[in-house]
Amino acid sequence: MARVLINVPRTAARGEVITIRTLIQHLMETGYRPDANGVVAPRDIIRRFTCRYDGEVVFQAELSPAIAANPFLSFTTVATRSGVVEMSWEGDNGFAQTETRDLTVT
Amino acid sequence: MIHRALMLALLALPALAQERRSGFEDMAPQTQAMQRDDTSNPGMLWALEGEDLFRQPAGPAGQSCASCHAEGSMQGVAARYPAWDTARQAPIDLAGRIAQCRTDRQGAPPLARESQGLLALSAHVGQQSRGLPIAPPADPRLDAARVQGAALYAERRGQLDLSCAQCHDDHPGRRLAGSIIPQAHPTGYPLYRLEWQALGSLQRRLRGCMTGVRAEPFAYGAPEYIAIELFLMSRAAGLAVETPAVRP
Repeated sequence: MARVLINVPRTAARGEVITIRTLIQHLMETGYRPDANGVVAPRDIIRRFTCRYDGEVVFQAELSPAIAANPFLSFTTVATRSGVVEMSWEGDNGFAQTETRDLTVT
Repeated sequence: MIHRALMLALLALPALAQERRSGFEDMAPQTQAMQRDDTSNPGMLWALEGEDLFRQPAGPAGQSCASCHAEGSMQGVAARYPAWDTARQAPIDLAGRIAQCRTDRQGAPPLARESQGLLALSAHVGQQSRGLPIAPPADPRLDAARVQGAALYAERRGQLDLSCAQCHDDHPGRRLAGSIIPQAHPTGYPLYRLEWQALGSLQRRLRGCMTGVRAEPFAYGAPEYIAIELFLMSRAAGLAVETPAVRP
């Protein structure tokens, strides 16, 4: 499991715009870098990030080899109802990780 | 001894003549914001890993760091390293002390310099001193190494024939290509460098400068690095610890 840092507010007022920030530990190996012996390291990146809020996709991103290691994503959504914010990362070599946070809307 | 102290004071003079500032102040506002916020500071990924490692038993006796050192008891420790190591009769830096504790006391396999585990533990220990002023120990046994560090700092090296002081004492605040030359105060190590896309130690940073002037860098853990760190920490005394910092 990769280490993640997630910032989702615990509570929000209905209709409020909330900011979600995620940071995940990942090498994001481009697949273009030769090592000291001239052997190119195979690509190993996170390819897709999806954020579901109460089951509905509110944000999705496709990541490319040009994105730096430990990708940080920040995005906003509108707090509509109490529910689970589910964030998932998928990538090369079967990388898959899902994190959830509860959001209470008052 | 008096001669040594005088020499140190003289060597440190150019740096003290101007107002000392952490490299943090010279960074872009975006990079500063990245360091300030723990949920966007990538160095925190290592610090959190270090927190786990601190509690994880290692070695045949199943001892963890936390078996001896209570949680949060490492406050202020990073601010006073490098310190004198009585066992080896030599100065030792924080990463060296952690590695030594691991092999000698826990009996666990050694942690290599710049390994993920050692950086994570150093970041976790360093983070507990965040905000505290750098307080180099007044131990007179460290003086010889401090003087050596000051001499190394002022010594021209490499094919470019440049010393650390020629950039960091004579031209801080000016630019080397696109980057602002900082005053070289090691306030936030181990730190996350955007260029490295990873956490790294002061020794890795020194190595970068040395290869930059086309000099042969010392091996990781070399006494020369610890001497330079001793000198730099005494030069930065009083500045706040920022571990884990972010730098461009």
